Amino acid sequence: MARRYDSRTTIFSPEGRLYQIEYAMEAISHAGTVLGVLAKDGVVLAAEKKVTGKLLDLSSAKEGGYGGSGEKIYLLNSNVIGGVAGLTADANSLVNYARTAAQRHLLAYNEDIPVELLAQRLCDMKQGYTQFGGLRPFGVSLLYAGYDPHYQFQLYHSDPSGNYSGWKATCIGANNGTAQSLLKQEYKDDISVKDAIGLVLRTMSKTMDSTTLSSEKLEFAVLTLDPETKQPRAKIYRPAEIDALLASEGLTKKDDDAEMKTA
Amino acid sequence: MQYSFIEPPWRPRKGYLIMAADTTAARSIVKMKVDEDKIKTLSPHLLMAYSGEPGKSLSLKDPRDTVQFAEYVERNIRLYQIRNLYPLRPAAAASWIRRALADSIRSRKPYVVNLLLGGYDTATHEPHLYWVDYLGTMTEVPFAAHGYGAYFALSLLDRYHNPEATLEEGLETLKRCLDEVSKRLVVSPSKYKVKIVDKDGVREIEL
Repeated sequence: MARRYDSRTTIFSPEGRLYQIEYAMEAISHAGTVLGVLAKDGVVLAAEKKVTGKLLDLSSAKEGGYGGSGEKIYLLNSNVIGGVAGLTADANSLVNYARTAAQRHLLAYNEDIPVELLAQRLCDMKQGYTQFGGLRPFGVSLLYAGYDPHYQFQLYHSDPSGNYSGWKATCIGANNGTAQSLLKQEYKDDISVKDAIGLVLRTMSKTMDSTTLSSEKLEFAVLTLDPETKQPRAKIYRPAEIDALLASEGLTKKDDDAEMKTA
Repeated sequence: MQYSFIEPPWRPRKGYLIMAADTTAARSIVKMKVDEDKIKTLSPHLLMAYSGEPGKSLSLKDPRDTVQFAEYVERNIRLYQIRNLYPLRPAAAASWIRRALADSIRSRKPYVVNLLLGGYDTATHEPHLYWVDYLGTMTEVPFAAHGYGAYFALSLLDRYHNPEATLEEGLETLKRCLDEVSKRLVVSPSKYKVKIVDKDGVREIEL
């Protein structure tokens, strides 16, 4: 009878815990790292790609829609970028739901959905799977980097239990503890986007298993305000742009080093 | 209600909005009530003035249902505020109301309600005014009016509306409009309710 309290999502253990939810969160802490930093004039997201390899066809990522490889960082709405950690298939379904929720808000109120409201919409759904029997919870944590006129730039995190919280800098996925303590040491309240980009990349290079940072393992996105229109502008970097950024930050290792690793 | 209904000036840079409506509730040629408040406070920074379409409310519907619609809007805006973190901004509320009227006009028994929605956007610190009619038309304007009084008020506002005016000057312009309506309209209303919304919220004043 060892598995009395964890075969169903909706049954409390005698200590008052929901094991399936905790397992889902455990699954996430093995997933690729996603890191977000809130700056005074923008928000920065970076993610570690897990599915890589010489034979993987990445040709679509080079040109593709909003940039990025489409594994970890998605545009949820024109004012919100989402970073996902956990089961990719579950994440796809949540991203789809978030985009629909944002468009529903646009249809009803003719404005971009406020960031916290979008996080709430997803959390309402995630919470449902902790309460109704027969279903597995979403094995996904998300970071939401967004902008709205109520609270300007914001960064939220949500987990499989349906909890969400706002952050100045946070990290989900593998090694999130290490990354969090690094961020805690280095974060300053009036940090600019430029400095935040550096902070994110440095923290990523320290927490990721591989010693070399390159577009092969990294996804990157920044949300800022367009200086002319004052509207939020989401930029998800393309692989070539990531490599250029890493080079400008001095975080790439020599090419022969990289070849040694992959050989 | 269907005779005259006035709503004047809006000041972007001065950060306030004045709304005025007559207080008569009439049915056909009979005044039923002279102290009706036709400006609802939808949220701490949002006002909505409403009236029936002149001439149409008689043939199509009972004037009461302008009130039905106003209460429907009031409660839905309130519900949004309870459910969510912040009240709807004026632009969002206007879009929602416009949609409600656009759905209504395509239904079996449409509402015949014209309204003005004015509010102070606490996110951007600007006042906004929206003119909405029963057909589901919406437009953002610096000043607006519905009803027979609109014919006189709008021409005066074209001439005297000043986006830089102080509150006192704004109320002066409002008085000009109301006086002209009293002078020219065959069945002019005797009393008006005047409300102001600015960064401190909604307040009612006596002219």
